[in-house]
Amino acid sequence: MAAEYKEISPNAPAGEQLLNWIDNRFPLSKLYKEHLSEYYAPKNLNFWYFFGSLALLVLVIQIVSGIFLVMHYKPDATLNAAGVPVAFASVEYIMREVEWGWLIRYIHSTGASFFFIVVYMHMFRGLIYGSYRRPRELIWLFGCGILLVMMAIAFTGYLLPWGQMSFWGAAVIVNLFAAIPIIGPDLALLIRGDFVVGDATLNRFFSLHVIALPLVLLGLVVAHIIALHEVGSNNPDGIEIKKLKDASGKPLDGIPFHPYYSVHDLMGVGVFLMIFAAVVFFAPSGGGFFLKYTNLIPADPLVTPAHIAPVWYFAAYYSMLRAVTTEFMYVLTAAVWFAAFHGIFRAGFGSTGKALVLGGAVVGTLMLLGLDAMFWGVVIMGAAVVILCFLPWLDRSPVASIRYRPTWNKYLYGAFVINFFILTYFGVLPPSAISTRFSQFGTLFYLGFFLLMPWWSRWGDFKPVPSRVSFTPH
Amino acid sequence: MSEATVDNGRRVWLISTCAMGGVGAAAVAVPFVSSIQPSARARAAGASVEVDISRLQPGEKMVVEWRGRPVWVLYRTPEMIASLEKVEPRLADPQSERRVFPTPEYALNRYRSIKPELLVAVGVCTHFGCSPTSRFTPGDQPGLPSDWPGGFFCPCHGSAFDLSGRVFANMPAPDNLEIPPHQYLSDTLLLVGEDQQA
Repeated sequence: MAAEYKEISPNAPAGEQLLNWIDNRFPLSKLYKEHLSEYYAPKNLNFWYFFGSLALLVLVIQIVSGIFLVMHYKPDATLNAAGVPVAFASVEYIMREVEWGWLIRYIHSTGASFFFIVVYMHMFRGLIYGSYRRPRELIWLFGCGILLVMMAIAFTGYLLPWGQMSFWGAAVIVNLFAAIPIIGPDLALLIRGDFVVGDATLNRFFSLHVIALPLVLLGLVVAHIIALHEVGSNNPDGIEIKKLKDASGKPLDGIPFHPYYSVHDLMGVGVFLMIFAAVVFFAPSGGGFFLKYTNLIPADPLVTPAHIAPVWYFAAYYSMLRAVTTEFMYVLTAAVWFAAFHGIFRAGFGSTGKALVLGGAVVGTLMLLGLDAMFWGVVIMGAAVVILCFLPWLDRSPVASIRYRPTWNKYLYGAFVINFFILTYFGVLPPSAISTRFSQFGTLFYLGFFLLMPWWSRWGDFKPVPSRVSFTPH
Repeated sequence: MSEATVDNGRRVWLISTCAMGGVGAAAVAVPFVSSIQPSARARAAGASVEVDISRLQPGEKMVVEWRGRPVWVLYRTPEMIASLEKVEPRLADPQSERRVFPTPEYALNRYRSIKPELLVAVGVCTHFGCSPTSRFTPGDQPGLPSDWPGGFFCPCHGSAFDLSGRVFANMPAPDNLEIPPHQYLSDTLLLVGEDQQA
């Protein structure tokens, strides 16, 4: 329902009159109040809460730097007069001949890695403080969508410089889709637009990277923030501040986002930009982790570089892909039977339910051992990302925040992080027997952490949760 | 609103309008999806290539491009040929029986080739499509499986192939390397992309 037209005194200052004119046509003051000056955030938000606003900052950095890069970049895989692919040459042109082009490109390439650092930190915050729990499931699901789209944007963007690593990385990842039985080869053909990664692939990846996927990303970011502002921010104590309100209906433990957190976040932005600028100016390749040296060789469809590795932010999932060998399939089959025996002998299913579980286990075994391990590797890699979406329903703990969970949970979450680092580390190394073993244990731990969460999250002694947030004024 | 106010006649029209709109939207999707399939030019680019092998020496490999992919021509030495039989117990599919990349009939042998000394194979790993590197020197070497008989090693996920392009057992790659259709036009001229049956 539109509000009634509001008249103000003709003697009011011009600024007030203008605002009134706008407010009668567009809910400017209303939006400002709802999302900034009267959006109450818990007063105990800590270090981990910088990363949400920082993610928004990096998004803006990527969009702005990207717009300027597109003014000079050419998505063209054909060879120029010098025998160099046009796309590769245009990136070198940006680096060497466009005024300040090197800076804009390094901002964009460093921004990609920082986007993932910031988002992984942001997600970890959600994990330890239970920010995905009721009523914030949709915020979490929109966030998982953002992560998936970010991955697609990073992957399509990585092809654009048309270097050796770009080319072979894309070739391998598109072939992942070809491993899907029956529809796989046609699907891979549809993604590539040719029988091999080529000019058609480069052009469509460019289109996806600069317009299609960013539009989806922006939509998801808006949905993420609208959902957040509907239910309000969680906090390190995992307490709903809306439960206790003062006489005027403001949460007792809440403070207006503006000016308190806008100023607070501005400090985070300052520190972040110092680190960001240091990397852009002094270590733009991030020691080979942010930009690969192999990518300074133009794409050659006939020769794979001696060592190809994904960028660091995909490396953990890549480890899981490599972990799935024919041997590993027996371990997975054993896990399926372990779950099936649990379902048959321990859970309270009726005889039909038990028959279904048994039948499911038999079919599962046939599929696990009947289809190539290569396909299951792709499934596990995808599942490792998708499983995050189910977190709100896997967590059965009576309390939200790790602060009030049993102490051993801290070690478990610590082990989860270390495991993620180990998987990342082996993901960027060349394949070897030892890295395969580590990746296999890491994969089991990663999946077990989530799949067994409905059980372990209920174990142990939980600490009493206070009714007010813990906060020391300073 | 109560149920009585629903005009069933209008509702039928509403449903059929939505259905027709849906059909129209689906029809419009066809040209868009078709447009991202390989174009007529990409489909036509599969011509066969002639390869002059007169300068290839025993123990050497040359690479030619066919349909945008590397095709290897390896001139195997007698020692290399001898290794093919010895490695067979360690291979996943020594007889090339899997049908994912069907081996042409004339290459359904230990050498996977028309002439025992000349291997013609698509140099693309059957795992995720990297091009394996040549590691012809036998013996234990860093980064290679122990007791290495000489062959090809994929740098991406560590799949190993023998000198006939047959994959070793328990490797990420499920299949032997693809053998393209090929024939010899003369002793020194090879045609990749067409064989006599075609």
